[in-house]
Amino acid sequence: MSFEDRVIDPASEEMLQIAEEKGHESCFSRYEDMTPQCGFGAAGVCCTICLQGPCRVNPSDNGKGNQEAICGARDYTIVARNLVRTIAGGAANHSGHARHVAEVLREVASGKAEDYEIKDEAKLKNMATALGIEIEGRETNEIVKEVAEEAISNFIGYHGEEVSWLKTAIPESRYNLLNDCDVIPQGINDVIADSMHRTAMGVDSDPLNLIFGGLETALSDFTGCAMGTDLSDILFGTPELVESEANLGVLEEDAVNLVVHGHDPLLSEKVVEAAKRLEDEAKAAGAEKGIKISGICCTGNELLMRQGVSLAANYTSQELAIMTGAVDAMVVDVQCLMPSLQEISRCYHTEIITTMEISKITGAKHIQFNDATAGADADTIVKTAIEAFKKRNAEVNIPDYKSKLMAGFSVEQIVAVLEKVNADDPLSVVTDALASGDIRGIALFAGCNNVKTKQDQNHLKIAKELVKNDVLCVATGCAANSLGKHGLMIPEAVEEYAGEGLKKFIGQLSDAAGVELPLVWHMGSCVDNSRAVKLATALADYTGLDLGELPVVATAPEAMHEKAVSIGSWAVTLGLPTHVGVVPPVTGSTLVTDVATNIAEDVFGGHFIVETDPEAAAEKLIDKIDQRNWMLEMKAKAKEKVEG
Amino acid sequence: MTIKLCKAAIEGAMVATSFAETRLNKVLIECGPDTEVAYPDTGYELPLISGLEGTKVEKAGDLTRILNKFKSNLTHEYDFENAKKAGELTAIAAEIIEALKYIGDEDPYEDEIYTGFIEDGVLRELGVSLVDGTIPGIALIIGKGRSSKEVADMVTDLQGKGILTMLCDEVIEQLIEEDVKVGLDYLTVPLGHFTQVIHIVNFAVRAALAFGGEERGDYEKILSYIREKINAFVIALGEPDEVRVSAHLAANHLGLPVITDYEGIEEEIDEWYIVEQDYEEMIQLGLELKGIHIEIVDIPVPITVGAAFEGEQIRRDDMYVEFGGQRTPAFELVKTVDKDEVEDGKVELIGPDLDEVEPGGQLPLGIMVDVYGRDMQEDFEGVIERRVHYFCNYGEGLWHMGQRDINWVRISKEAQEKGFTIKGIGEILYAKFKSEYPSIIDRMQVTLITEEGEVYDESYQEAKDRYKKRDDRMKELSDESVDEFYDCLLCQSFAPDHVCIITPDRVGLCGAISWLDAKAAYEIDPTGANQPIELDGVIDEHKGQWEAVNERQGKESGGKIEEVNIYSLMEAPMTSCGCFEAIMAMVPEANGIMIVNREHGGETPVGMTFSTLAGTVGGGNQTPGFMGIGKTYIGSDKFIRADGGLGRVIWMPKELKEELEDDIKKRAEELGLDNFYDKIADETVGTDSEEILTFLQEKGHPALEMDPLL
Repeated sequence: MSFEDRVIDPASEEMLQIAEEKGHESCFSRYEDMTPQCGFGAAGVCCTICLQGPCRVNPSDNGKGNQEAICGARDYTIVARNLVRTIAGGAANHSGHARHVAEVLREVASGKAEDYEIKDEAKLKNMATALGIEIEGRETNEIVKEVAEEAISNFIGYHGEEVSWLKTAIPESRYNLLNDCDVIPQGINDVIADSMHRTAMGVDSDPLNLIFGGLETALSDFTGCAMGTDLSDILFGTPELVESEANLGVLEEDAVNLVVHGHDPLLSEKVVEAAKRLEDEAKAAGAEKGIKISGICCTGNELLMRQGVSLAANYTSQELAIMTGAVDAMVVDVQCLMPSLQEISRCYHTEIITTMEISKITGAKHIQFNDATAGADADTIVKTAIEAFKKRNAEVNIPDYKSKLMAGFSVEQIVAVLEKVNADDPLSVVTDALASGDIRGIALFAGCNNVKTKQDQNHLKIAKELVKNDVLCVATGCAANSLGKHGLMIPEAVEEYAGEGLKKFIGQLSDAAGVELPLVWHMGSCVDNSRAVKLATALADYTGLDLGELPVVATAPEAMHEKAVSIGSWAVTLGLPTHVGVVPPVTGSTLVTDVATNIAEDVFGGHFIVETDPEAAAEKLIDKIDQRNWMLEMKAKAKEKVEG
Repeated sequence: MTIKLCKAAIEGAMVATSFAETRLNKVLIECGPDTEVAYPDTGYELPLISGLEGTKVEKAGDLTRILNKFKSNLTHEYDFENAKKAGELTAIAAEIIEALKYIGDEDPYEDEIYTGFIEDGVLRELGVSLVDGTIPGIALIIGKGRSSKEVADMVTDLQGKGILTMLCDEVIEQLIEEDVKVGLDYLTVPLGHFTQVIHIVNFAVRAALAFGGEERGDYEKILSYIREKINAFVIALGEPDEVRVSAHLAANHLGLPVITDYEGIEEEIDEWYIVEQDYEEMIQLGLELKGIHIEIVDIPVPITVGAAFEGEQIRRDDMYVEFGGQRTPAFELVKTVDKDEVEDGKVELIGPDLDEVEPGGQLPLGIMVDVYGRDMQEDFEGVIERRVHYFCNYGEGLWHMGQRDINWVRISKEAQEKGFTIKGIGEILYAKFKSEYPSIIDRMQVTLITEEGEVYDESYQEAKDRYKKRDDRMKELSDESVDEFYDCLLCQSFAPDHVCIITPDRVGLCGAISWLDAKAAYEIDPTGANQPIELDGVIDEHKGQWEAVNERQGKESGGKIEEVNIYSLMEAPMTSCGCFEAIMAMVPEANGIMIVNREHGGETPVGMTFSTLAGTVGGGNQTPGFMGIGKTYIGSDKFIRADGGLGRVIWMPKELKEELEDDIKKRAEELGLDNFYDKIADETVGTDSEEILTFLQEKGHPALEMDPLL
């Protein structure tokens, strides 16, 4: 097998070599074994929703094969149902994450979670105000309680009542449009349940009605994301600029390597604290450099943003981390965990530790994590890692590749930097740069890795092309991880890759802030995509424009998870042209494909751009940004004429 | 992507319908089924629904049933017929989506350049131009073109051809980018984006109702009317989505061919859906498919000349030079001369040209048009002279107002920059007159005088003599002084049953065709739309009924109208087409009548606006008590003589009243009505009949003392 076709990351390449030598399987080899994948499934026209199936219909109208499933469902119904269920899956993930944080917050207020405290009171108050909760003359705890209860009430919509969190994160014009289109969720859980209901056998078969149901569900995902970000900031602090490193080279041969993997900061934050407490114990066990915590996926991103913890790997390298032989324990919470981790760990001394009730792996050690005993649970986990370190026997192969990176770009941090340039009118710094053309637009990089693309290649190629064309790039999730490990999140990258205008813009900010800023701005985990929307919302409110008019785009170059589908769907619904670098299973219906890629634009301003070729994708994204700028220019010109 | 048209159209309809249903249900939940739904200033409710379905929709709750009714047309048999039906459903969905935007918002596109719904007034105003061929056809351009420049060239070409161009989607912004003049004034109408395209469809449906006199809900007749009478075609640019394809098929359903530049169409549909990449060829195809013939007149001036620019304004800051307008001496004169006094095609400038004036400057201007024609008559001079106004305005960057020696002309800086000179005015007039009046103008020359002095003074004196002579002739001219009236069937291409009878005292109800115009038109084209009626067989001179007129009415209305009293509103009145300047309506409570003009937007004493009222007359129907008229008829001594004459008028909008002040006062004096002008109520008095009645009683209005109207 040729690894160059699979990855561009030299660390991954080196590890895949080892995997081959040792006969280890990986997602890359399993993908190879899986191909060719089922064409009906890939087109989204396979229906397994009822027990009469599986049914698969012929997606082309050529008179051959079945045009209808046994129940009579056509291509568009099957594709739309499958899509909605995917979105519901994503929404359940993001909102589950938020729900957990909200529950802990409530426990903090009632004194039942002593290991947690409020770290960012200012943000608490800001959010309370945005939600219409009185703050004047009230005890912090009272506010916490009410904010937490408000958050939890967003999950169960009392009949006819819309989720309150959504309104805090998007412009009023957008909210009104969504309301006109009847896609404002009334309770996150209700919408997810509705999605399952409406997609069941014999319920909704109207494709647009299904899709709008999907968009409502996607907005509940967004609501969850925004809530997850806001509450995590309140609980663990709002991120500020921080320096760290990324890639497998961050693992330390002479330390107890404890890798946190998954998405939930509640556990991992405690693990970081426990590691500090148990540093000496680790040294006593023979780890000269004590305990090294590093992260995979978004748990890694959460810790990076707030604690500067380094990133070991993104999604498709998670198995490779174990193959270094240097990982003593990998503690996982929820989402994006490959079940194969346990199987590979059997060849090493690595302990795979699951911690969440809903997320177990056959054969892996389970240490139940409880909010009320978080600190003690974390201690147990760290101690397990130290014990495992003692059993380290196989040779250690840590690839000597890592890159420095900067992270911590919360909206609050960005505004603080802008204030250094213009204290009274910080957002004008960005709008002026957009107006002068120094920056052409803003692009959000989000999403995962996917074995269908060469690991990291799409992220990197598209990002390089965009920055060369003066597009300011921000990133989250595994996309951010990818750009970080390839050296795009360091100040030096500005000189190397940015176009003249972008150089000028970042240079101006760096000079004012007194710190050299990186080329691509890391905004956090996948729930933190909400930060990017809040940044765009701030710009929209400032300019009086809607999200659907701003030169802001999103891209998920290597999307993999249901969450990515859900994020993409709300990005489109919120008005962003959104690129996906992997063909989603919708092509079996011309109707659904057309709604997603074209018609959505007429209604919401945003639409999907499906393009697997990264060069072409970059071109399309830039073209989209240019079209938006052109439209704004023409509307201004028309207005002049009307008023003149 | 390859598009299978019929499948895409049907799927597009599924999407559009479901979307409309979602929007509708949201409104029903939030505002309730009794929420009022209406477009502004129309007498045809939601015209597409009124036309095709018949329901006069007033409330949001009415729409559910209508959407459901049309939804039943959806099928998975993807053929052309079904695709067209699906297109119709998409159109209904779009009408609903757009109409919902007007709930609680008179003008949802207020902040935009887009027109959204086009009011009835515009339709009626454009009616005349559409029937007399000034506007030979309608082009709808949707989507986004390959480049702004090419779209601009296409539209400029259409403007030059006088085609009414409707725009939807990004082509609008592309034209803005290229500084192409866009707006109703330029016959280049930016409808908006996406579903806003429906406003050309409801425009067409209203033509069927207003001019065709078709009944609401007479589905087949309304479709036939649009298919046969509306000379329109669609230019679709760029890759369409399924909803747009569905809209294209809706156009096919209405008889409009679609020409697209998108190559990914799997299979063209003969005569109906054609792929063509060359933009010039696209227009040519559109014109050919609808049989629109355009006479191309090559005018040697560096600006575009076409009806599209008739409404163009040139503001002071944009003007390079102006003439007349009480600022400098100016006049214009068309006079008949002997054949050896005229050198055909000669255009001469006496005095300074543009290069000798500073930008923003002023010059005097005498426009002398000498014509010779074997069939030319002195009576036609005035008729032709009034065309100077229109033809001057056709030039892009040329503006004309007034007539005779109160004219006012401006040339824009833009035109000057393009190299336009004063002689260009003469070139335009020569070319247009020769092409429009080939049978009465054999030779013509134009002299433009831009300096004061002997030549100017002599010419001006000559003009004044001619004006006086004409005025004297006009004074003599009355219904009694002529032996023939004329009919006018110009509107029959739109309103097939309507016949206008044009007499010296009663101008055509559009206000555009006087007896002299009709006479001239007959001379120009003896088989044309205006034919003389020899006044034989008086039946009732007072009411204005002649056997010959009745006969003609009967013949030309296809037997629908057998009797007409030219001077009566109440008994066998004349029919109306739809493009009347004003409407008269009886107000029984006051024993009188009211008159409302097209420009007036407000309520009237009969409880209807002009638009609503207009919806009740027109279409070639005789509707005693209601009638469309041309404004100048009001000052005539024949004005509803049979019903009591001018003294019956109890209400007019202030603006109309002031416009006709002199005529009303003069006629009232003849009738011996004291202080009559001040006895006519207007909207400042009120629009409620009780308020008005009090006013009339206070003033002692003569109508109150007349015989009962009914």
